[in-house]
Amino acid sequence: MPTRRARIPATRYPVERFTLDNGLRVVLIPDRSAPVIGVAVVYDVGIRSEPEGRSGFAHLFEHLMFQGSENLEKLAHFRHVQGAGGTFNGSTHLDYTDYFETLPSNALERALFLEADRMRGPRLTEENLRNQVDVVKEEIRVNVLNRPYGGFPWLTLPPVLFDTFPNAHDGYGSFGDLESATVADAADFFRHYYASGNAVLAVSGDIDTAEAVTLIERHFGDVPARPAPTRPDFAEPDLRAERRTSYTDQLAPLPAVASAWRVPDPVDDFAAYLPYVVLAEVLTDGDASRLVERLVHRDRAVTSVGGYLGFMGDPFDVRDPTALLLQSHLPPGGDIDKVLRTVDEELDRLATDGLTDGELARTQARMATHLLRETDAVLGRALKMAVLEQQRGEPGLLGELPRLVGEVTDEQVRAAAATLRPERRASVEVIAGGAR
Amino acid sequence: MSARSEPGLLTAPATPRPLPPLGPTRRLKVPRQTERTLDSGLTVIVVRRPAVPLVELRLWMPFGQAQLARGHLLAQTLLSGTETMSSVQIAAELQRIGGGLSAGLDPDRLMISGAGLATGLDRMLEILGEVLTGASYPAKWVAVERDRLVDGIQVARSQPAHLARTALLKRIYGRHPYAVQTPNPEQVSAVRPAALRTLHAQRVHPAGAVLVLVGDVRPERALDAAEKALDGWNGAGHTADLPPAPPLEPGPLLLVDRPGSVQSSMRLALPAVPRTHPDHAALQLANLIFGGYFSSRWVENIREDKGYTYGPHSVVQHSVAGSVLLAAAEVATEVTAPALVETTYELGRLATVPPTSEELEQARQYALGTLQLGISTQAGLASFVSAYAGSGLRLDFLPEYAARLAKASAADVAEAAARYLAPSRAVTVVLGDAERISASLATLAPIDTVPVPS
Repeated sequence: MPTRRARIPATRYPVERFTLDNGLRVVLIPDRSAPVIGVAVVYDVGIRSEPEGRSGFAHLFEHLMFQGSENLEKLAHFRHVQGAGGTFNGSTHLDYTDYFETLPSNALERALFLEADRMRGPRLTEENLRNQVDVVKEEIRVNVLNRPYGGFPWLTLPPVLFDTFPNAHDGYGSFGDLESATVADAADFFRHYYASGNAVLAVSGDIDTAEAVTLIERHFGDVPARPAPTRPDFAEPDLRAERRTSYTDQLAPLPAVASAWRVPDPVDDFAAYLPYVVLAEVLTDGDASRLVERLVHRDRAVTSVGGYLGFMGDPFDVRDPTALLLQSHLPPGGDIDKVLRTVDEELDRLATDGLTDGELARTQARMATHLLRETDAVLGRALKMAVLEQQRGEPGLLGELPRLVGEVTDEQVRAAAATLRPERRASVEVIAGGAR
Repeated sequence: MSARSEPGLLTAPATPRPLPPLGPTRRLKVPRQTERTLDSGLTVIVVRRPAVPLVELRLWMPFGQAQLARGHLLAQTLLSGTETMSSVQIAAELQRIGGGLSAGLDPDRLMISGAGLATGLDRMLEILGEVLTGASYPAKWVAVERDRLVDGIQVARSQPAHLARTALLKRIYGRHPYAVQTPNPEQVSAVRPAALRTLHAQRVHPAGAVLVLVGDVRPERALDAAEKALDGWNGAGHTADLPPAPPLEPGPLLLVDRPGSVQSSMRLALPAVPRTHPDHAALQLANLIFGGYFSSRWVENIREDKGYTYGPHSVVQHSVAGSVLLAAAEVATEVTAPALVETTYELGRLATVPPTSEELEQARQYALGTLQLGISTQAGLASFVSAYAGSGLRLDFLPEYAARLAKASAADVAEAAARYLAPSRAVTVVLGDAERISASLATLAPIDTVPVPS
């Protein structure tokens, strides 16, 4: 008898969308259950858009957006957000850059003012640029150079899978490129990419929709209109032969390996893409998943294994080309060839025999929990819906995801597994230079 | 496009736009909790927050003084099987209700946490009950998890943040049980399943334990479900009181030599007080002004002015045996000593000169606002309620704490800073490349240099 499946619940946050005359798209997601708001502005420019010789520039520029703007001195942004009881940050992704705040709801107008002010123009000065180059270098040292497995695999696998600069280069940037960045570069970058027509504003939480519309028009309505630049085509052909590379990490005590396979276009071919998102979880979500059971517990070939979509780990905020990744850390002296062979074997088995009774349903139920949990945070809703609006014109997809994930079939997961062939695989191996 | 000037090259606006004022302050909205103490001694606290159709679970039990390697391996294998269920079955059954549980250990407590679909609460509690009463620590799984734990410790030991913390704990706590919080691989390798079963029998008990459930649940129903599912979990078992943490003993700067480091990990420990102490609110505000948030003196100085570091941060940490203020920054090797100079300067300035009223109001608003933000998700609320319960507090303390934050004066904050943030009271540890930093550090303070533990 087939196992009864848990009903996958949904949340329906009401969503309002509109576009200002200057081209700024706006998404409102009211929810008055707690007196807090999330505000997100997402610009359609990321790591893939930075020019050769300027690796790391999208991220460096993100830092510069916090260094003062038309009406705000350096440090003012931070003080105004935190002095209103809120928190802020920004982050740079492959295809977009986001800026966001979570605040008590009485600070709505202040947050809109702050975001509109820097959308009109950040204060780009030589002094701020040099200061933030230093800060970013320390960020890279903390996250990459001074720790084991720094940048593994999000910085070290793309150059194996991809050939073109936009897809393959180091998004944190080389120190040389960062140091040679100029204020004129920053001004050009802002002019080109930080256009009102290239941005989405999302506000979620304890708002009155009509009041929010009035305030948004008041603060963003006179941001000068500039159109979105044409987005270049970043397409690359799929691999036709396996690629594999390795490097020594002097700090790493244990070997590790990560592999990537190209997947269908997440935006234009969402129906074909979604089964891969489910597949990654079938393979690696928890002790009952296939690869954890086999590689960690039965074979003891790895100490951990993880699988996910997209180099930065969020399956629904990236455009083509992207990949499914599997990464493993091995015990001392672990055999990487054997791990890769076992993964192939398990993928074959899945493609040939299909899923066991209840395996898909329980994976989908767990995925629903993860998706719902992310949307519980008021800022999570604003950020994710802003990106969905930007990349798909469909912010409401966020609420549909648990159901859509739940509709993926056994047959689709098998078919997805069947495409993860060794000849389409790019792998990077970490040699444990710090092994004792 | 603006006719005034090129975007991106603006220096000042033609017509300044004023910063909009904040709307009326919203009163702190604290959710209602329901609580029941079971005959077994387990306290169950339920908070209804139906934002998403999920439920969050936190269960902690006192676990101080447990043998370190056994305790950590117990946490890692608690969900590895029972008489009737294998590890895979436990994981699969939890997945079926969109759930997952994991266990972790700190020097005070064993903590089980997880989340799942609200409709699966009864089943999640049933599985939890089965694990608590019948975890069997199967030899095969223990062997696997033992190796994984050893590997995990090896990886941790290659991370500067872990090494700096290890050195700092040892320096602060001396012979107190808090001094060592990560077991040696050799100790872990020696643990047998029988030792885990014994430890479980001695320490995994409901007396003094707290279960928190937050989410889309009806409180009375959830309490009943917990009572029913955990009915068989009984026995007072063994308890162990922790001695109070020793006072900080300032002394020479401890330099942990990690050759080849491209950054130095700077750590300072300062005295602090528990959540209920009358000085606590003023101390929190003093900490914010010093380094507890981005708009603090320390961050504005060593990051935004000087570019020495990416993310300096200071925080007051509460444990059963005592509280401590910890400040941490990863700084470029060549500016290690200058960064310490600025750190000591900012501590000393706050300890000797009262903060301005703007600084204080900004920190106060941040402290009050982030209280509300922190409890606005199910997960955040569950962790908050659980941590509060760890200090013997309930959500009803929150408005009182907010009131203390609201009325702390500049004089109160200055007094707290003088008492707790004085640099003369700091214990300082720096992990970095001694060959490159010890000479300049030695110009600031006496230094003890030790090699990084291998």
